[in-house]
Amino acid sequence: MLNDFIDQFGPSTVGGLAAGAIYALIALGYTMVYGVLRLINFAHSEIFMIGTFSGLAVIMTLGVSEPQSGIALIGLLLLLSVVAMVGSGAAAVALEQIAYRPLRKKGSSRLAALISAIGASIFLQELFAIVVIPHLYDHPRGRDNIGTQQLLDKEPLFTLGNTDVRPDHLIVIVASIAMMIALDFFVNRSRIGRGIRATAQNPETAVLMGINIDRIVRITFFVGGCMAGIAGLLYLLQFEETRYNIGFVLGIKAFTAAVLGGIGNLRGALLGGLALGLIENWGAIFFGSAWKDVIAFTVLVVILMFRPTGILGESLQVARA
Amino acid sequence: MKTAVEKPAKSGNPLTGARRGFGRAMDRVRDRWADAPWWQRWTVYVLLIGLALILPSDFFASFMSPHTHWPSLLFNPIGVYILLAVGLNIVVGHAGLLDLGFVAFYAIGAYNMALIGTKFGWNFWAILPIGILMTAVSGIILGAPTLRLRGDYLAIVTLGFGEIVRIIAENTDAIGASRGITNIPHPPNMFGLEFLLDPLPYYYLLVGVVVAVIIFARRLERSRVGRAWTAIREDEDAAEIMGVPTFKFKLLAFFIGAMIGGLTGVVWASKVIAIQPANFPFILSATILAAVVLGGSGNLPGVMVGAFLIAWLPERFRGLADYRILAFGAALVIMMALRPEGLLPSRQRKAELSEGSGTEASAEVGK
Repeated sequence: MLNDFIDQFGPSTVGGLAAGAIYALIALGYTMVYGVLRLINFAHSEIFMIGTFSGLAVIMTLGVSEPQSGIALIGLLLLLSVVAMVGSGAAAVALEQIAYRPLRKKGSSRLAALISAIGASIFLQELFAIVVIPHLYDHPRGRDNIGTQQLLDKEPLFTLGNTDVRPDHLIVIVASIAMMIALDFFVNRSRIGRGIRATAQNPETAVLMGINIDRIVRITFFVGGCMAGIAGLLYLLQFEETRYNIGFVLGIKAFTAAVLGGIGNLRGALLGGLALGLIENWGAIFFGSAWKDVIAFTVLVVILMFRPTGILGESLQVARA
Repeated sequence: MKTAVEKPAKSGNPLTGARRGFGRAMDRVRDRWADAPWWQRWTVYVLLIGLALILPSDFFASFMSPHTHWPSLLFNPIGVYILLAVGLNIVVGHAGLLDLGFVAFYAIGAYNMALIGTKFGWNFWAILPIGILMTAVSGIILGAPTLRLRGDYLAIVTLGFGEIVRIIAENTDAIGASRGITNIPHPPNMFGLEFLLDPLPYYYLLVGVVVAVIIFARRLERSRVGRAWTAIREDEDAAEIMGVPTFKFKLLAFFIGAMIGGLTGVVWASKVIAIQPANFPFILSATILAAVVLGGSGNLPGVMVGAFLIAWLPERFRGLADYRILAFGAALVIMMALRPEGLLPSRQRKAELSEGSGTEASAEVGK
């Protein structure tokens, strides 16, 4: 058992970090919306799913047929990221407009908002399974996995001990940390970011100080959506397949990551995501990979029992973000 | 009881007018009901039970369910959904605890029936109390560590629990892994009812169970326990200060909700012969929760109507086949925007929901 662990420690650490980076990017969307609205955006997992499909659409339209390299690869990745971000961001804004804003205006209960979110989530999944995938993606069996062309060479870049580091792992980890730093700057340094922090801290006072809450909420959803879009793209890059309900389990895990790091806390999301990815992958060495999800959910329950505010604490509202 | 809470009319939207009209008509019916003498009420109860018993006849089948075998439909999903919704209503409607993993209790009940029935060959009636007890204990196991959490955290933890139960069932070879368990025994024959493949006897059994559970839930609602739940739902801190042991009562709500979920699982498993982990997906939890909210969380008749509609409508309109779940998702969103209190809301709940907890300026959803 211990030998297994030592043997597989390296590979599962790399795998865990790559998985965790994706959790962290999705977790950002949960954490920002929760910070501003105190709402679990249950349909955020579908925003991630839309990100994967936006990327897929570009790959199919361009007719990419072989792994790319050099300038072509960089250009392709940039184009893909822009499309995935815009696709997911727009979907998130539409979601807010349709499913949450009417409830917010009426001052409905949180239960109502959560049910509306579940409804939106079911609606989006089914929309993709029976309308979008069969008709727009020419894939009659909308509930199957949809594979995509391999975009980059997956030969190991370098080897540390017995650990192969593949370029896609590296891209996923580096890209998500870069996005995270960019977001941290945006929230902490920009004017809009200040508005987001103010709204999270105290919406009434924020309004009195001249902040347009509707605009802030829309931007929050858009930014969260962009992050989910990037996450979707990175997922596609790494696993080369997607499906209509891909977001469900990933969404719950990303939420777990957000809670683990401290919901409402951006840096916490990164820490929580990476930690969850590592715990899950290391745990899988002992229990087998079929138990990964159980490990993740158990972590969630244990964290909530002993430290419901997460590792770094809830803090978008204490203006540190 | 008669404090009808009316919001000031805001718009000339005809839909709003229709909704208010419906609400007022329902209020009048309810006032009559509240003032009716005991014999009138009992007549209605008896008539309703009578209706439930003749419901499987061909007369109803012809227009209720032209596509599917009506008595089968009445057992599952209609009867099963109603029973699950009544159980979840205690947790969500009365105690105000959002549970997104209710299907786990249903699964545990079903697995108890299947395991004990196939391994030890016990009789349905012997397994029933054990299944209920085991499920209730699992409710405590879930509730004890998590019930200190705030509402939406609780929702996610229960969701996680529901998934854990399903994945454990899927990965454990001793209980059949993803193949599940087959050859589950049927209940023994009694009162001239033969429990074989015909769904009718199971339907009558279920009607009996539903009536018993409704009486139980009704008595509970009107007891000290029910009042404690209401107090917790409305303001947990205030309830605690007033001397309500909130944690204990929240745990009790989980305990009883789990019992009813387990009971449903046992009865259902005794009919279906084979069960699989795939029978207990998250979407079932969401569907039952939607039934509770659609019908009017906290109001027993409303919840039952909601469960009936959610179970029956998709089967009735099989012509729309694929689009059913899509429409279901959209309906949830629209329903929450137009009538968040449900079709037949509990009056108390309605008053709570329409209290000005949020203003235009406030970005917070709810309190």
